[in-house]
Amino acid sequence: MTVNPFNPSDTTDSVCCQPTAKEYTFDSVFRAICYSAALAIIVLLIYIVLEIGIKAVPSFQEFGFGFITGTTWDAVAQEFGVLPEIWGTLYSALLALVLGGVLGVSIAIFLTQDFIPAKIAVVFRTMVELLAAIPSVVYGLWGIYVLIPLLRPMSVWLNEHFGYIPFFGTELNGPGMAPAALVLAIMILPTVAAISVDALRRIPYKLREAVYGMGTTRWEAILKVILPTASSGILAALVLAFGRALGETMALAMLIGNSNQINLSLFAPANTLASLLASSFPEADNMEVQALMYAAMVLLAITFLVNVLGYRIQQFTMRKFEGKP
Amino acid sequence: MTNISVPKNAPQLQKQWFERRALFNTVLTGLVWFAALLGSIPLLSVIFMLVMEGGSRLGWETLTALPPAGFDQGGGFGNAILGTLTMVAIASAISIPLGLLAAIFIGVLYPHSTTASAARFVAKTLTGFPSILAGVFTYAVLVVTTGYSALAGGIALAVLMLPTVVLAAEEALRQVPKKMSDAAYGMGCTRSQVILKIVLPTALPGVMTGILLAIAGAAGESAPLLFTALFSNYYISDLMEPTASLSILIYNFSAMPFENQIQLAWTASLTLVLIVLVFNILARLIGQPKI
Repeated sequence: MTVNPFNPSDTTDSVCCQPTAKEYTFDSVFRAICYSAALAIIVLLIYIVLEIGIKAVPSFQEFGFGFITGTTWDAVAQEFGVLPEIWGTLYSALLALVLGGVLGVSIAIFLTQDFIPAKIAVVFRTMVELLAAIPSVVYGLWGIYVLIPLLRPMSVWLNEHFGYIPFFGTELNGPGMAPAALVLAIMILPTVAAISVDALRRIPYKLREAVYGMGTTRWEAILKVILPTASSGILAALVLAFGRALGETMALAMLIGNSNQINLSLFAPANTLASLLASSFPEADNMEVQALMYAAMVLLAITFLVNVLGYRIQQFTMRKFEGKP
Repeated sequence: MTNISVPKNAPQLQKQWFERRALFNTVLTGLVWFAALLGSIPLLSVIFMLVMEGGSRLGWETLTALPPAGFDQGGGFGNAILGTLTMVAIASAISIPLGLLAAIFIGVLYPHSTTASAARFVAKTLTGFPSILAGVFTYAVLVVTTGYSALAGGIALAVLMLPTVVLAAEEALRQVPKKMSDAAYGMGCTRSQVILKIVLPTALPGVMTGILLAIAGAAGESAPLLFTALFSNYYISDLMEPTASLSILIYNFSAMPFENQIQLAWTASLTLVLIVLVFNILARLIGQPKI
């Protein structure tokens, strides 16, 4: 028998062969399963939004948009408003972003611009990644027993001497905004550093050589060429870190003091949407649960907007460097 | 030998340290070193406190005993360790197969389809979700009808793990060289054969890294467990009853006025960090490219 090399089904002497009918069926089934798995993820998000949304409807009908501007949260009087929580969420996240952002971007520069030998940089990067691996609740515990006792004498001194500045308007009596924002800054630092390192790495080496070749000092190169080139990537890092800070729950629930007030002071207790959910949910009755669902919707909306913005900027950065020349 | 003489009024090419540009450079370098050191202080402090405060109680009794009540001395958190591991196992059993299949669809099968880009977008959105919303969702869907349970806790964790698994697996699957799958197609393989026999085995280290990091993250989560699994002072005997977990134990004990409970909270933190670290280190070891 001769083998016809041009007949694909003639497989006598070859490892190549056409799939059998059984293999074809398996292939279709497998692809269908994969398709439904991908669909399931999309459905999951819709389901989450719908489920929380529907549970929030009665509360929305009751309070309307006054919920967002109301300042009392009283389960006994059935009066609910989340303005202090929205304020606390944004304020703590913003403070954390300023601190964590500056440190994170500095560390990203430190790790990518040849300040230290590559091998040590790897060790340092692993350390920063470990910082991200520590659970939020452990940071909360550390904040209660290390950070608050440390900040207390400082707050007393600052309040005594600079009490007229609104930021230092009160003393720190236990939990408050400052320890919460500091821990939050530590928690978003790895996010900022990791995404910024990515952005700085994307810069073609040619560019750096060209700048140094013109006789700039290291920092002139970094500030005038490298950072502007990586700016959209770093912006994405900051926006995504901001999103993370908005949704962080446990460390804040342990450190911020759960107090319904709007205060500029760094040392006053406050509250955030996420820690309101954490602290009120377990003991809530029916009416309060509906109000909490509404609060969850508000949190969802805020973080969703911030995250989508972050990913858009990140995509833009990637296209800038990888897509068209 | 020729004598090379420098012309009298040649510009100074060597930088002097007191020059404005050089000073500026030095100051900023100093600042960036300072920032790097400042950034590592919290990590070192956390590790120091965990070892100092938690290390002394770490022992067989603490790891197996039940939590103490009120003024009792001794005790431990064996039930919390078991509870955490149970719920992470439930979460993994749900999210890993589902995430992997979805990743195959969006990474290999139809990466440019509308469904794929929608699923990718959703996964990215979900990774940025506040973890407490996974708890709120599970509460609304499950806890309202069936009550607090380990199953509800596991499902809440699964919601959090799923996007991490999908994105990491997709990334790993995309790294597989096109040539390899082309060769397999050329020999007459079906698409699922190419994926299961060529692409997936090649991408396995990367996929495993993503899965292990997702597990590490889930083990440390506490917010979604607060009102899904709640807490219990006893060993788990049924998946449908309230269950203890390490993170909730730390949260509860940290606010207690008793010395013994606070010490246990530190020891539990040390245990939790060690569990998370083991998965992290495993992830790194597996993910390392083999040369």
